[in-house]
Amino acid sequence: MDGAHTPGPFGRGLAWATALYLVLPILIILPVALTDQRYLSLPQDGISFEHFRTVLSSPEWLGSIWQSFTIAIAATVLSVVAGTLCAIGCWRISRRATDLIRVLMLLPLIIPSIVYAIGLYRYFGPLGLLDRFAGVVLAHGVTGIPYVVITVSTALAGFDPRLEQAARGMGASLSQTLRWVILPRIAPGIFSGAIFAFIHSWDELVMVLFIASRDVFTLPRRIWDGINENLDPAMAAVAVLLILFTTLLLMADRALRRRSEG
Amino acid sequence: MSDSGRPGLGWWLLILPALLLLLAFYVAPIVQVLAVSVTEPEMGLGNYERIFTSGSVQRVILTTLRICLITTVFALLLGYGIAYAITLASPRMKGWWILAVLVPLWISVLVRAFAWVTLLRRQGLINNTLMESGLISEPLPLVWNEFGIIVGMVHYMVPFAVLPMLSSMREIDPRLLAAARGLGASRGDTFRRVFLPLSMPGVIAAGVLVFIFSLGFYITPAILGGGKTLMVAEWISLQILDLIRWGLGTMMATMLVLAILVTLAVFSRIVDLRRIFGSGA
Repeated sequence: MDGAHTPGPFGRGLAWATALYLVLPILIILPVALTDQRYLSLPQDGISFEHFRTVLSSPEWLGSIWQSFTIAIAATVLSVVAGTLCAIGCWRISRRATDLIRVLMLLPLIIPSIVYAIGLYRYFGPLGLLDRFAGVVLAHGVTGIPYVVITVSTALAGFDPRLEQAARGMGASLSQTLRWVILPRIAPGIFSGAIFAFIHSWDELVMVLFIASRDVFTLPRRIWDGINENLDPAMAAVAVLLILFTTLLLMADRALRRRSEG
Repeated sequence: MSDSGRPGLGWWLLILPALLLLLAFYVAPIVQVLAVSVTEPEMGLGNYERIFTSGSVQRVILTTLRICLITTVFALLLGYGIAYAITLASPRMKGWWILAVLVPLWISVLVRAFAWVTLLRRQGLINNTLMESGLISEPLPLVWNEFGIIVGMVHYMVPFAVLPMLSSMREIDPRLLAAARGLGASRGDTFRRVFLPLSMPGVIAAGVLVFIFSLGFYITPAILGGGKTLMVAEWISLQILDLIRWGLGTMMATMLVLAILVTLAVFSRIVDLRRIFGSGA
């Protein structure tokens, strides 16, 4: 590697320190969740799975996990259907004509969710959607659309439009072209978008704080209450389960992408 | 085959569901609530007057700006270090470095705030360790103040700083660096006079992104601030949920949206948002 430019000791030190700063606080939760004590601490005389048992046998935690899961699935379906169709439409129609739509799609990523949350709080009241499953699904689904549009658009960028024209030229209808020509080619992009939309809903708290109160009590909401009220090792156990779940989803995404590339 | 060049109506129909959903359930609620800022408690700009007359409103704005600026500076500095290491790393190490950036990015913000509380509170792991080793006799006030907020926010923002910087550093031709070294420039000179200037567009994009994300940040400041240091988002929530002062809350929400849009407009020449988000995954 003669002549190659490498980071100096300062650059390398900064990078390592930053990587540790990013990763260590997350890793520290694992030993805390395995503590044998009744309070948040590192294990003293050995590890114990008691706090995991507490969480996995608590009807409140399990109920919230199930609620978050069903909401996230429904919201993901909404985001994926609307987002995929929109990305395909924007891709086929000229860039200029769809510029406004593309900007509109970026809004949920830029505007803070607190602003949207107070808007929904007032908007959902008259519609009877406050504290309803459908209301939360709608809010999460709509704000998840941009993730799908971005990943599907990226997948479409590598797709030859002449294939679509050929299919249409040979007499395929729009829906046939979609089903047999376009969708199979962009499936990995759709899958990535679905994972991101799912994680978006699964982790979302700010909107839920405003539009849900009693009947809809998602997992992030329960964690939020836990952090504000009683900090016990069960919280750490929940955090570990969440980290494992997110990591699994991301690994699935990575594996799928690698397979479609390779 | 007359329409092979020009897309037909069918393609427009594909856009319709997403467009209608966004207009009816995203844009409409926001526009409606922001309009409240000039209609409640009475018509007019009375709520906006408070920016100039109310000490508490000014304090929240100043606190938010101060925390956001500090967060942006640290996130850029730390993010630059990692992006630089990734750009120059061997292909095998590259994967590990990127993992260190992406894993925190996707882990729930609540989980990360919880981790910081575990570490930083009075009986937290850091204070306990320092006390046991005899380095300090009193627990340090590490959380439920501005310090705690900044530690947690920088932690959240570093990955967002890394991604735009990385995509701009990737475009730097490594042969330029090798040439500078070959012509006798020291490592420091090569960095300062070749690499750093070429990476500036990415730094500016990252700065804008981190700053606008920080402005409206709610969860991390609320948890790590412990209700004592209020930033704009938590203040808005307080006005609306606890004090039922819709006019004041929505006024601040409008200012927040305006601040973000103005920042983006000012930097739109240098920063292509679509590229930032496009490279996010």
